[in-house]
Amino acid sequence: MNMRNPLANARGHGSAKSGTEHWWGQRVSALLMIPLIIWMLYTIIAIIGQPYQVVQVYFSQWINSVLAIALVLAMFRHIQLGLQVVIEDYVHSQPLETILQLLVKLFALAGTITALLAIIRLALQG
Amino acid sequence: MTEETRKQRLERPLSPYMIGSYYKPQLSSMLSIAHRASGVFLSIFGATLMVYWLVALSQGPVAYHEALMLLSAWPAKVLLGLLCFAIYYHSLNGIRHLIWDTGRMLEIKQANLAAIIVLIASSTAAIVTVLIVGGWL
Repeated sequence: MNMRNPLANARGHGSAKSGTEHWWGQRVSALLMIPLIIWMLYTIIAIIGQPYQVVQVYFSQWINSVLAIALVLAMFRHIQLGLQVVIEDYVHSQPLETILQLLVKLFALAGTITALLAIIRLALQG
Repeated sequence: MTEETRKQRLERPLSPYMIGSYYKPQLSSMLSIAHRASGVFLSIFGATLMVYWLVALSQGPVAYHEALMLLSAWPAKVLLGLLCFAIYYHSLNGIRHLIWDTGRMLEIKQANLAAIIVLIASSTAAIVTVLIVGGWL
């Protein structure tokens, strides 16, 4: 006897096609960050001790703006997903858990917006 | 929930915590909790510092120099040094986790070998970076 919900068959999804977004999101953002962190280390080496003008010109270049935006997006997604699991595992009292989860989302969103605005301003200065 | 069931639930046996008196400390469990700790540390301090630095840079030379002055104070230097180790450790150990996710390196000997490589590589990289970069700040 088929115990599956007909809607599941209609959508053509097996049991593992949903509910894995969190796990995948954590891994995909981690993979993306491997080259981006290498770029970040290169950037630190390239600009450390340099005068403001040099740093500003570096961040006005197209490729560096794009990579900086990619790093900020991947990083804050990874942060939100990672902190979410830590709170789920260690904080068991309501409403503290919900409040912390919301604060983490707010932190990730505010950080993303602020960093992107700064990167775009730098890009437009070039 | 009645008082009786509440009491029963509280007295239910728990699975023993990985870290505590039940298990002896192992490389795998220590690195696992260190991965979480470094992740939380980088999330709170690393990300905030990165956004602060980007905003200062985007506001012009005066704000940028103020930020650099603040970052060259010794408490900030200690924080930067710790962040440096944390990012090397979390990145390298993260790669160890990603390799596990493909089903490889799961034997205890392989996992422990990778653990030692991660520890040595991240400490060495952090010390070298602090020695080189420390001169600039």
